[in-house]
Amino acid sequence: MTDLPGFGRMNPKDRGGPHDYLYPDAGSGPVSAGPTPSQTLGPFFAYGLTPGAYGYPLPEIHSNDLAGPAVAGSRITVEGQVFDAAGVPVHDAMVEILQADGQGAYAERPRNDGFTGYGRFGTGSEGPGGDKRFLFRTIKPGATEPGAAPFIAAILTMRGLLNHCITRIYFPEDALAQDPVLAAVPEERRRTLIAEAIGPGHYRFDIRMRGERETVFFDV
Amino acid sequence: MAESRSGRRWSDSPSTIFPDYKSSIQRGPGKAPISVPGWDRSLSLRPVWPQLPEGDADLTANGRVNGDPIGERILLEGGLTDEAGRPVPGALVEIWQANAAGRYIHREERHPAPLDPNFLGAGRAVSDAGGSYRFVTVKPGSYPWNNHRNAWRPAHIHFSIFGAGIAQRLITQMYFPGDPTLPYDPIFNATADAAVRNRLIARFSMEESVPNWAHCYRFDIVLSGSAATPFEEEQDHD
Ligand SMILES: [Fe+3]
Repeated sequence: MTDLPGFGRMNPKDRGGPHDYLYPDAGSGPVSAGPTPSQTLGPFFAYGLTPGAYGYPLPEIHSNDLAGPAVAGSRITVEGQVFDAAGVPVHDAMVEILQADGQGAYAERPRNDGFTGYGRFGTGSEGPGGDKRFLFRTIKPGATEPGAAPFIAAILTMRGLLNHCITRIYFPEDALAQDPVLAAVPEERRRTLIAEAIGPGHYRFDIRMRGERETVFFDV
Repeated sequence: MAESRSGRRWSDSPSTIFPDYKSSIQRGPGKAPISVPGWDRSLSLRPVWPQLPEGDADLTANGRVNGDPIGERILLEGGLTDEAGRPVPGALVEIWQANAAGRYIHREERHPAPLDPNFLGAGRAVSDAGGSYRFVTVKPGSYPWNNHRNAWRPAHIHFSIFGAGIAQRLITQMYFPGDPTLPYDPIFNATADAAVRNRLIARFSMEESVPNWAHCYRFDIVLSGSAATPFEEEQDHD
């Protein structure tokens, strides 16, 4: 190649990094190292992440039914709504739950009984009842550590939420006083983490994003 | 007890309530998240999922009815690592996106752009032993939204990643280099530090582009937390 000014070193590796020409319109500086920032999942996740909850005839790998007939344990239903700061039920939130089995053991690999300990559901108006609820059919978890109370971990995300939120669902009939995570929560806010029994094996757990009874979210 | 740094790196996160992004005003929590000294094993325990449908990482094929989807075919590859730079194998990587015209198949989508009968816009992959994932798809179009006057989302691909446990959950969006609408997008700009939010921009890779077939974009992802990711478990889902 001839020695044209500026064209002597066209190897991209020698061009002083990608930022000068790959990010000309981002209006900003270089990339730094560190965790990839979170972004909202937006309004259109349903057909990809939770098709069953919204009536899409597409394959899904997770549903709201965590415990098929072969799973041992006490069968429970946990349902609830997600309310925004104005008290309006959110119809496009995704709730995921992760829990131990009745003995307090997590599923670490596919099990013969089909229990995964993980479920997800969207609060779509086309879900059960058509009233913007989430609903899970599962088994009552056992305590995963000595002295701790049984709980279901919940991950919440929705349009408008730039960082997902993590909370815990506890059960009113359990011994909650010794639980180390509940103990880290200011006493007046603990009740936001305790489901309400609304029938035999049937619990309601509402999530409030703001206001007097704002649900406790954890820095996890 | 799980060995993991408790908490996310909030300095590298978007503002929870970012008024330019209107729906964050009503939906972002008002109070700071509470730090907990210990969670339990689920912090670093990857959840179990069943076998993925065959070919689910090829979005140019998994919605095919009578031909190829319209648009610019791209390879989308990247590596997952934790904050210490260790690969995260066995993570569930799910993507969803608009088609080349900027239209989602979601039934509440109202943008008057054409649907593509051969494009669904959703796919899944599991990261391999070295933490890498790979999709084939088409480059999505930009689409308008109602956040403000003349609001356009930059072309983006949504990512949902579940790594080793709750501490490695990430929901994010990937953007394309040189997109002229990036400076105007409140979702992209909700992350205050430019050098941090530029991590959301994929890198065009000529080296990994395939001659006569497709451009390659690389989107490397760093998951927060430093939970150990045992390599011997990575074959679980094969
Ligand atoms: Fe989108």
